[in-house]
Amino acid sequence: MTTTTESVPALELRDIRIELGSGVPVVDGVSLTIRKGEIVGLVGESGSGKTTTALSIFGLTGNALRLAGGEVVLAGQPLRDEAAFRRARGRVVSYVPQNPGAALNPSLRIGSAIDDVLSAGSADRSLRAHLLDCVGLPSDRSFVLRFPHQLSGGQQQRVCIAGAIASGPSLVVLDEPTTGLDVVTQARILRELERLRDREHVAMLYITHDLAVAAQIADTIAVMYAGELVERGPAPTVLRTPRHPYTRGLMASTPDHVRRRTLEVMQGIAVGVGGRPEGCSFAPRCPQVLETCVTEHPALLETSPGHTVRCPEWRRTPPMEWATLRLDAARDAPLGGAANRSRPVALEVRNLRAEYPGRRGNLTVVRDVSFTLEQSACLALVGESGSGKTTIARVIAGLHPIAAGEVLLEGEALASYASRRTVEQRRQIQIIFQNPAEALNPRASVGAAIARPAQLLRGLTRSEARAEVSRLLEAVRLPARFAARYPRELSGGECQRVAIARALAANPSVMVCDEITSALDVSVQAVVLDLLRDLRRRTGLSMIFITHDLGVVATVADEVLVLEQGTICEQGETGRVLMDPQHPYTRSLLAAAPSLSDSIAEWESVAAGRPLSSDVVMQGPP
Amino acid sequence: MATMITGTQIDADRSTAPVTRSIRHPFVRFLGRRLAAGVVTLWVVSVFIFVATNVLPGNVAEVVLGHNATPERIQALNVKMGYDHPMIQRYFTWIVGILHGDFGKSAVAVALSQVETSVSSTLVSPLLNSLILGGITALLLVPLTLLLGALAGIYARRSPDLAISTPALVFGGLPEFVTGTLLIFIFFSVLHLLPPTSGFSPGQSPLTDVGRLVLPVLTLLGVALGAGVRQVRAGMIETLQREYVQYARLNGIPERRVLFRYTLRNALAPSVQIIAQNMQYLFGGIIVVESVFDYPGIGQYIVNAVLARDTAKVEAAAIIIAAVYTLINIAADFVVVLLVPKLRTAVA
Amino acid sequence: MLVHRQARFGLLHDWGMRIGVLLFALVVFIAVFGGQLSSQSPYATVGIPGAAPGGGHLLGLDFEGRDVLARVLHGGVSTLALAASATVLVYALGISFGLLAGYSRSVIDPLLMRTVDVILSIPSLLLMLLFVTGLGGGRPVMVVAAAVVLFPGAARIVRSATLEVSTRGFVEAAVARGESTLATLWREVLPNIVPPIAADMGLRFSWSIILISSVNFLGLGIRPPEPDWGLLISENLVILPSNPLAVVAPAAMIGLMIIGVNLICDGIIRALSRGDR
Repeated sequence: MTTTTESVPALELRDIRIELGSGVPVVDGVSLTIRKGEIVGLVGESGSGKTTTALSIFGLTGNALRLAGGEVVLAGQPLRDEAAFRRARGRVVSYVPQNPGAALNPSLRIGSAIDDVLSAGSADRSLRAHLLDCVGLPSDRSFVLRFPHQLSGGQQQRVCIAGAIASGPSLVVLDEPTTGLDVVTQARILRELERLRDREHVAMLYITHDLAVAAQIADTIAVMYAGELVERGPAPTVLRTPRHPYTRGLMASTPDHVRRRTLEVMQGIAVGVGGRPEGCSFAPRCPQVLETCVTEHPALLETSPGHTVRCPEWRRTPPMEWATLRLDAARDAPLGGAANRSRPVALEVRNLRAEYPGRRGNLTVVRDVSFTLEQSACLALVGESGSGKTTIARVIAGLHPIAAGEVLLEGEALASYASRRTVEQRRQIQIIFQNPAEALNPRASVGAAIARPAQLLRGLTRSEARAEVSRLLEAVRLPARFAARYPRELSGGECQRVAIARALAANPSVMVCDEITSALDVSVQAVVLDLLRDLRRRTGLSMIFITHDLGVVATVADEVLVLEQGTICEQGETGRVLMDPQHPYTRSLLAAAPSLSDSIAEWESVAAGRPLSSDVVMQGPP
Repeated sequence: MATMITGTQIDADRSTAPVTRSIRHPFVRFLGRRLAAGVVTLWVVSVFIFVATNVLPGNVAEVVLGHNATPERIQALNVKMGYDHPMIQRYFTWIVGILHGDFGKSAVAVALSQVETSVSSTLVSPLLNSLILGGITALLLVPLTLLLGALAGIYARRSPDLAISTPALVFGGLPEFVTGTLLIFIFFSVLHLLPPTSGFSPGQSPLTDVGRLVLPVLTLLGVALGAGVRQVRAGMIETLQREYVQYARLNGIPERRVLFRYTLRNALAPSVQIIAQNMQYLFGGIIVVESVFDYPGIGQYIVNAVLARDTAKVEAAAIIIAAVYTLINIAADFVVVLLVPKLRTAVA
Repeated sequence: MLVHRQARFGLLHDWGMRIGVLLFALVVFIAVFGGQLSSQSPYATVGIPGAAPGGGHLLGLDFEGRDVLARVLHGGVSTLALAASATVLVYALGISFGLLAGYSRSVIDPLLMRTVDVILSIPSLLLMLLFVTGLGGGRPVMVVAAAVVLFPGAARIVRSATLEVSTRGFVEAAVARGESTLATLWREVLPNIVPPIAADMGLRFSWSIILISSVNFLGLGIRPPEPDWGLLISENLVILPSNPLAVVAPAAMIGLMIIGVNLICDGIIRALSRGDR
């Protein structure tokens, strides 16, 4: 809107409260101001209320919810009724979705889709070419006549962004806009957004669960927990000196590929809707909790100009010392490159090829892949979707046929299918899958799920297996009473830990973990990764860890294997590959992956008034 | 058709071939493929029909002759009808005949030594009559299913929905003979408005007395409409919950446009499939409805043939109905491909 | 989690479900115990054909002067029993073929699915009539014919549910630890495809009723003088002007039973979709 002046903020949320029909608050007391040309990163884990807050700006709260209090002021105009909200939608505020593939009308061509938003915002249609240019898309005829399904995920998201800025809104709300995209595309989209802010002075509310992304894009960071803002301030201030124990905990849980370190684990699980305690919502998990925290609800306090925190004890929050968080020596030592070359080999893959049946002949998804997994080592397979990493995992587990080459367990070639392998071979290799919701049979109790492999593969009797279940639950840090529970009573992280216990029940020597943390929140991921590390140290288990997240690789793996379209493009000791990548593909992946510590190091050096030196950035394990 | 025109543009853009050639070619090829598959299906269906009606050999002659059956007569009829030949040979004689438009000889007519024994000539009039009944129903069925289903979906769980969905639930589940007799009871016994039967004298076109068509059409509509409306409503509700509808609303697209361009347009293709499936009810329904109302169409023809064990007539009627049904499904597939860009571009 | 449990308890809080259960229970009760309740013979001619209600005959007399009430009370059990047996057979076939096709992903799958396509390309009642033409309208024939007509749809539903479930982690884990195919299907797959099957089973039961009573109505199934609701309707159509109840009563029984079953299915589907959220 042309009437907006510099002094009028693009958005003011005043004390927003959103309730369930029963009156239970989902979002409570959220106040937020976004200036013109500012990007605010709204950070929080699932269920923290960040999307609900964002939707309230549009006056749409979803089926069971209602806006129970507070005020939305867009570009100086308070929106008080549905008509006002309707006028604002698409003109003053617009939305970029998480999943562009599902958010674009499948039967509208790209051009028409943008024209629709343009005419809704009563803007000139001739702007279309300019808009597409703004987000780095071509505007020629053949492109605008395409349908959404003919575009890549990144292109679809750019179309959505072009649509969102079409009518020159004061504010663009972006809801996890890069979560479904690969890192290289994500980096490109983030650059486009920064450019848009700089050139068009668009204000943005960027919702994300990923602190590293927020650090990279946001000017201001707002952290939500259990429906409340717990910390807010300029990004450099908040991330260099986090004052809320939750913010600090999130940072300490976030894996980083530039500075390898052990993750710190936050205790407990996030409170659900309606489960908020009387005092501070974070009190049950807080390491610095006081008695007053349990009884008194904390207010937002200003710690420095523009930096507010909902914790009266913020002075006691320990600073984030990146150095102290470095990988501990105990784990680092045996994992050094040349030192352990003599270790026996647990599993070897030789010239593996794997195929999927396609419409025109077979499609090769894994080509000539060879690697060895040493005993009690952890090997990470990294690559983007479609790189063949999951197929390799399935081949090893006996779920996908070997087209050529061989897989050797302790020197012995394995049959393609699990059913043709010996009981001993099946016992030694265990696999854990990505989706926690589908990891466990909903109709079997946790105890039954864990007992089954122990009985089938180790020949334990029913009562022996029952005793084993308690031991294994303890090993994955779950109480023994969980044996009687059913999967629907567990959280995602708990399901995944039961799946780990089920794999451990076979007493395996090789554990294949296929993206087992990618569906989990970072704090839960930290718990699972910590658990796995502990298990490895105690049992000498070897692990193949499949992931697309380089930070996770840095945290768990001794060796890494980078896959590109089914072939290995780089392979080596993790520290070496991350610090000194040789292959251009590895380099592009590393360059694109956001790093929290990098952003902080950059701010530190700016604050210290010295230019960024390469040794600060590349600081890693020796 | 607008979709046709827009569909051609993208072909022109994506291939360098001359525009005129690339316009229809892929669709013709798709249709050809689909028709070929239909022919294969029909061939299997023909085997199925033939086997099902001929599982008990010899039985036919016995039943057809009834009280007049003596071993000699049965033998004579079997020879006349060719029942003494092996089944495979009989199948081929039959299927080759059909390809030449000859549906064989009626066993009853042969047994009664009638002059005219050809099944083909007896098919024309009932087929035409059923076509009139089915055609009128289909013409009402398609727009009504879409309209009522969409309305019920848009107003889900509000009064317009209840007004549409409740009768749809009640009538959609009922067999045609129940709906039919209840309608007769209401319109004939209680209201004295309409005739209870729809019999016509031979050679008379049903169109000369449209009043007699009202109840049969209503009965057929009730059943097929009920099922269709409920499914279209469900599809509509599902589409309304899609992310792109929410996204359009968030970005200020006017509600009317959200409804038409974003919801209805995407709900249309699944609805077409639903309607095509519901033609199944219509085809089965015609058989019953014609019996309820004594309407001289292919349904009554087939029922009478089954009663008389006049196998050739049953087979003829069955293969014709299966062929029409298959054609309708192919047409529906084609419409769906035209309506859904993802499928359209995959074809092209 | 919690929602799931509520959904299960919520089944009878649903009004449609309550009415459905009530209707269904009522009609089944009449069909099963009606014979014992009726004091009159369903076969004896007791008066003028087509006589209106009166003189101890609540629903009047039928086209041969028999008591309509007695015939209605006796006429439900045949259709109900045939439809129930057909449904059992449908699901015995549907589950075996569906599981096999959905799980094996071998040649069986396309083969079965093509067979299903062929059967589905013939209108179901027509298919029933083809069997009746070839084999006569005996009770076993009707049960088998209805099963053949209806099992492909059931197999298809079981197959797609199986396909969906068998890509989940817990099934793959079972395969990877070397469980036998039968054990995997029985312990991991089958318990998790029960919900979609339950709703479909009800629908197939109501279709069995429709198909079998239609064949009876057409006079191609159960033979007179047996009382059967479908048959009662067609044989009494001639006396509709004098005693419409002879037609309306059995029609209402079939109608109410089917509406009851459909309401129950609807309730189950609604409960399931609530549980999904």
